[in-house]
Amino acid sequence: MSAKNAAVTESLLTKTILILVAVAYVALILVLPLASVFSEAFRHGIAAFKAAIVEPDALAAIQLTLTVAAISVPINMVCGLAAAWAVTKHDFRGKQLLISLIDVPFSISPVVAGLMYLLLFGAQGWFGEWLLAHDIRIAFAKPGIVLATLIVTLPFVARELIPLMQAQGREEEEAALTLGAPGWRIFLWVTLPNIRWGLLYGVLLTNARAMGEFGAVSVISGHIRGETNTMPLQVEVLYNEYNFAAAFAVASLLAGLALVTLVVKTLLEWRHGDQLAAAGH
Amino acid sequence: MTITVRNIVKGFGNYPALRSVSLDIEDGAFVALLGPSGSGKTTLLRIIAGLETAESGQILFGGEDVTDRAPQDRGIGFVFQNYALFRHMTVEHNIAFGLEVMKRGQRPASNAIKARVEELLELVQLPGYGKRYPSQLSGGQRQRVALARALAREPSILLLDEPFGALDAKVRRELREALREIHDRVGLTSIFVTHDYEEAFALADKVAILGQGKIEQFDTPEAVQQHPANDYVREFLS
Amino acid sequence: MATAAVSLPGKRRGRHSPLPGLPLTLGITVAWLSILLLLPLVALFAKSLTLGPGHFFEAAFSRRAIASYELSFGAALVAAGVNAVFGLLVAWVLVRYRFPGRRLLGALVDLPFALPTAVAGIALTAVYADTGWVGKPVAAFGIKLAYNPIGVVIALTFIGLPFVVRTVEPVLADMGRGLEEAAATLGARRWTIFRRVILPEIFPAIVTGFALAFARGVGEYGSVIFIAGNMPFKSEIAPLLIVTKLEEYDYAGATAIATVLLLASLVLLLLINLWQGRELKRRSA
Repeated sequence: MSAKNAAVTESLLTKTILILVAVAYVALILVLPLASVFSEAFRHGIAAFKAAIVEPDALAAIQLTLTVAAISVPINMVCGLAAAWAVTKHDFRGKQLLISLIDVPFSISPVVAGLMYLLLFGAQGWFGEWLLAHDIRIAFAKPGIVLATLIVTLPFVARELIPLMQAQGREEEEAALTLGAPGWRIFLWVTLPNIRWGLLYGVLLTNARAMGEFGAVSVISGHIRGETNTMPLQVEVLYNEYNFAAAFAVASLLAGLALVTLVVKTLLEWRHGDQLAAAGH
Repeated sequence: MTITVRNIVKGFGNYPALRSVSLDIEDGAFVALLGPSGSGKTTLLRIIAGLETAESGQILFGGEDVTDRAPQDRGIGFVFQNYALFRHMTVEHNIAFGLEVMKRGQRPASNAIKARVEELLELVQLPGYGKRYPSQLSGGQRQRVALARALAREPSILLLDEPFGALDAKVRRELREALREIHDRVGLTSIFVTHDYEEAFALADKVAILGQGKIEQFDTPEAVQQHPANDYVREFLS
Repeated sequence: MATAAVSLPGKRRGRHSPLPGLPLTLGITVAWLSILLLLPLVALFAKSLTLGPGHFFEAAFSRRAIASYELSFGAALVAAGVNAVFGLLVAWVLVRYRFPGRRLLGALVDLPFALPTAVAGIALTAVYADTGWVGKPVAAFGIKLAYNPIGVVIALTFIGLPFVVRTVEPVLADMGRGLEEAAATLGARRWTIFRRVILPEIFPAIVTGFALAFARGVGEYGSVIFIAGNMPFKSEIAPLLIVTKLEEYDYAGATAIATVLLLASLVLLLLINLWQGRELKRRSA
């Protein structure tokens, strides 16, 4: 079908204006801020940038961020896979409720999420005394940060896989079953290959959010320099001390990560778009 | 309204869909464009409608050159293969659409529109279906609504793109008869596209057989059957 | 039976499918959701209840709290509205037109999902403050874009941009031209076609995108607090008020406000799900 149907497309002038306005909007709202991160980070030159990055507190923050991501991403990946398998390959009462629950963390304010964990594990929390008695620290310590990160990144893998696996149906798995394959084999050899790009996509988003989470972690971490500051928190600390160059330096690392995420995501969509869920994120 | 197609040429990239096609259609005739897929018949229909533009050649309605005119201004009615009904509007709003989008000066009064809708529903044998939604209708019923909608503006030309393609055999036969009846009653010049020669011969006054972008023969069904113009036509009919 | 699954006819013996793994995966899922989600939610509600109605309402609806709700909800509404209009435009341009840089534009739309909120926050401030690339020229007209509610709207517009674009894009892409062509043959001009044929088709997607952007905007923290100004009663968002209360060790107060926000989010989520469910039914009819 010709794309030049004069009757059913806008005039060239209209098209041009619409495109320019769309580009201007995106440039104004998205591109300028992104560019400013790098512009501010290197304002005082590369040496200053490097110095900011290798500063001990910054290094500790980087390490903490990586650690937290390394723990929370696999957990949510495995659990997301389990949830997707349970929900799409079986029928049971309460399935819809389960699916809806998975969506809940998306609509909770991160600050509220962090507060909920404080109420559980803080000094005055439900488990507060027990934890104190056993000298275990969750709130204002690394475990608390992991938990807060876990809840805010909970939905990504599951939300990506569930529509995809629903669209793919159960026939291949059932065929494998009739051929005598045990559960693990079915999952590894039949299901997993079909969902690998969707899974990668979900993991990518999970990781981006895990490394970038701010609100929930801010509440539960206690902001203890060198110990419980993740990179986003470190950015805030530096910014509030008016140490803008350093703040933007650390921020630029995160922005770089975001760009890598976007690039990989675009590549995935381009090459394997048909194997990703069409659901809106 | 007579239709004259003169030396229409159309290609898609390197693919020549129509290679200098010409056709003369008399006022009130019921013409079938017949051919296998890829023969260019739908492309020709869409060019006549103004939904595609030809690279060269002309289209004349009643002697007037409409080649550069937008489909809104050609006074045609078009029935799509997949109905293209407006899902969020009731049947009566679908049918009335062509009248409601007219400019103030030309638009009929709302009770005139209502009356016209009723009249058309009677014509397509769906009286009382006005308040239903397309999703509540069967395929055959939807096609009737599409037909009624195309006729609402009293077009001088009716164009149908494989109108029964998506329907099962029984419904096709019923609608075939209904369409012929409507054509005879209203007296419109009509062109419909099909790949089914039985249908073409049953319905049309004259049949244009297309093959690979050219018209191989244009004549009455009897003439085509008894005196096929060349091997291509002969093979197509067997 | 739940509607979300693809279930095969004629294989309905018992309630579970013949595929293995349900007990294990269901167990993992339930444990995961219970520990991470349900338990904390219960803790929050329980704490709220221990406040007793009087104290709760006093904390949750104090003048300062109400001012923060007005800001959070109001700014989220405005930002979602802006994104509904421009998000539709961006989706339209991405789906309907071909132009150099289209892929780049499409990739950029997801930036707010990938960029950490704190980074977005300081970046937005850098651009829109008085000394920034946009803030400076605008300041010449006496308009301030940062450290006030306008800054909040700008930040929430950033955050919500992908929601409308991503929900409208697939619907637009699936639409096909048939309906528009039909309307054209019936005499409708381009703008009428857009208004009466295209817009109703994509309207549910726009509403969903709007609601998602709104829900996200209400609870947003990291990208807002740098550009907001954070003055109580004037430019203090609700999540910040919660954090402030926590810093003052007023756990009760923080919990009360958090409960209000949480209930609002859950209600919104419910409404969005109901709306989407309704649309799904309408479409598949």
